[in-house]
Amino acid sequence: MAFELQGVGLTHGNGFRALQRISIRLGRGERAAVIGPSGAGKTSLIRLLGVATRPSEGRLNILGRNPWQLPAGELRRLRARIGTIHQAPPIPPRLRVITAILAGRLGQWPAWKALLSLLYPVDIAGAQATLARFDLADRLFDRCDRLSGGQLQRIGIARVFYQEPDLILADEPVSALDPALADAALGELVAESERRGASLFASLHAVDLALKWFPRIVGLRAGEVAFDLPTAEVSNGLLHELYAAEGSVLPTQASAPAALRHGGATAEAMAESGDGTLAANVVRLDTCRGR
Amino acid sequence: MNTDTDARPYAARDPDTRARLGWTLLALVLLWPLLLLAEFRPWALFEANNLQVMGAFLAGFLPPATSTEFLGLLLKATLETLAIATAGIALALLIAIPLAILCTRALAVSLIGPGPGRLGGSALRAAGRALLTFLRAIPEIVWALMLVRVFGLGPAAGVLALAVTYGGMLGKVYTEIFESTDTRPTRSLLAAGAGRFAALTYGLLPNAAQELTSYTVYRWECAVRASVIMGFVGAGGLGQLMDQSMKMLNGGEAATILLVFLLLVVLADALSATLRRALA
Repeated sequence: MAFELQGVGLTHGNGFRALQRISIRLGRGERAAVIGPSGAGKTSLIRLLGVATRPSEGRLNILGRNPWQLPAGELRRLRARIGTIHQAPPIPPRLRVITAILAGRLGQWPAWKALLSLLYPVDIAGAQATLARFDLADRLFDRCDRLSGGQLQRIGIARVFYQEPDLILADEPVSALDPALADAALGELVAESERRGASLFASLHAVDLALKWFPRIVGLRAGEVAFDLPTAEVSNGLLHELYAAEGSVLPTQASAPAALRHGGATAEAMAESGDGTLAANVVRLDTCRGR
Repeated sequence: MNTDTDARPYAARDPDTRARLGWTLLALVLLWPLLLLAEFRPWALFEANNLQVMGAFLAGFLPPATSTEFLGLLLKATLETLAIATAGIALALLIAIPLAILCTRALAVSLIGPGPGRLGGSALRAAGRALLTFLRAIPEIVWALMLVRVFGLGPAAGVLALAVTYGGMLGKVYTEIFESTDTRPTRSLLAAGAGRFAALTYGLLPNAAQELTSYTVYRWECAVRASVIMGFVGAGGLGQLMDQSMKMLNGGEAATILLVFLLLVVLADALSATLRRALA
C-alpha cells in the first residue's frame, strides 16, 4: 500500500478548512490523478501526503508508517522515500542543472557526499541519463536561471526521477508546459512509475490529460472528495458538476486550433512565448468564461 | 478616473490608510522627546565662535605628515590593523556560522509539520539567540579593556575582543538573512529527507551567498575602524599610532592616518563589489 487516509481533515491556522472527511487509499504501484477547481484543496492534499503538513484530524498512513508518530530519524528516512514534484520547481536560480538534479538524492547521501558533490559532481552519468529522458541532456552544466519556465519544470520532474522514490507525488507537474510537452512529460511520469513499480498520485488542472494517462480519477471539490472512480466510469455529467463553479466548459490542455479560434491576439501570444505557457493560460481563462 | 469611482457603489479605498497614518503619527510623537533627550541642536554647529574653534582644530591637520620615518611607522601600523581586523573576523566566523545554522528557523526540520523535536528545537534556538545577544551586547572596547589585562598591550586583546562581539553580530544577521531569502528550496529538500548541511548548501546558500558576502565584507570594514578605537586602549595598530599623534598634538600625522582609513574603506568597497560580481 502506498498510502491510506481515513477521515482526514486539515484546518489552516487562520481557521480555513482546506480539507475534510478525506478517505483515499492508493495501492503499491497504483496510479491516480486528483482533479478539481482551483481552491479545491489539491495542493493541501499533496502536502499532507508528502509529510510536509500535519493533518488536523483523521488517520494517515504513508508507505506503511504513521509519519507523525515516528521519531525524527525514521521520519527523515520515510521522507526520503517520497518524491514531490512541485508546481513551481523549488530550485535556486543560481544552481547548475546537474546540482539541482543530484539534490534529489540528498535524503540518501551522507553529509560528506553531499558536500563533496558540490566540489565535483559525484554522478554525472546518472544525472545525464535522467535528463536525456526530457531532451535536456545538453543543458546539464547550465545554470537554472538560463532555462525557460517549462524547462525548469522538467528539471523539477527529473530531480524526483533521480531520487527514485517509492511514492511519487506531483502537484500540477506540467502546468508550465505546452500541450505536446505536457503530454510527453506525463508519459514519462507514467513510464517511470511502471518501470520501478512506484506509486504515482498527481494533481492536474487539465481534465483531458488526467483522463488520458490515469486509470483512476479522484474529484476534489471544496476540500471534500466528490468522486473516486476508475477512469472509464467518470462521466461527463460528473465532470461538469465538479467544475460547476468555473463555468460550463471543462479546463483542458489548450491546443493550437483552439488558440486560433479565439482570435489573433491569442495566436500571437502563443507564437511569442517559448513554451506557450502564457497562451495556454489565456485560452484556458477564455474558455472558462464561456466566451 | 473620478467618474469611474463614483460609478461603483463600493469605491475602492485602501483599507491600510488609517493604520499607516497612525503609525506615522506615533513615530513622530516618540521621536520628539528622544531628540530633546539627545540634546539635538544642529544649529549650534553654525554659530560663529564654534565655527572658529572647529576651523582652528581642522587647520592643525594640514599639511599631512609625509616624513619617511613616519610613513614607515604608518605602514607597519596599517598592516597590523589589517591583521587584527582580518584575524578578528576569521575567528568571529568560527563563532557565527555554527550558531547561525543552529538558530535559523529556515533550517529547522522540526518546524515542518510541525514534527518531532519541535520543543527541543525551539529551546535550542532560543538558547543560541541568547548567546548571540550576550556576545554582541557588550561593546568590543569593554572586551578589549578586559583582555588587555590578560594578554598585555598588543594586538592579541584586540583580535579576541573583535572575534567575540563580531561573532555575535554576524551570527544574528546570518540567522536573519537565512530566514529572509526564499526558503522554499530548503523546505522542499528537508521535506525530502535531506540533512541540515545539505539543505543549507544546496537550498539556502545559492540564494543567500551574495548578501552574506556583502554583509561580511562590510563587517570587516567596521572591524578595521573598531580596531582603531581599541588601539586607543593599547591594542596596537593604527589606533595606537593615532593616539600618540593626538597626544603630541601632531595634526599632520593624524591627517595622514585618516587618509589611510579612507583608502581602506575604498578597498573594502572594491573587494565587496568584486566578490558580489563573482557570486552573481
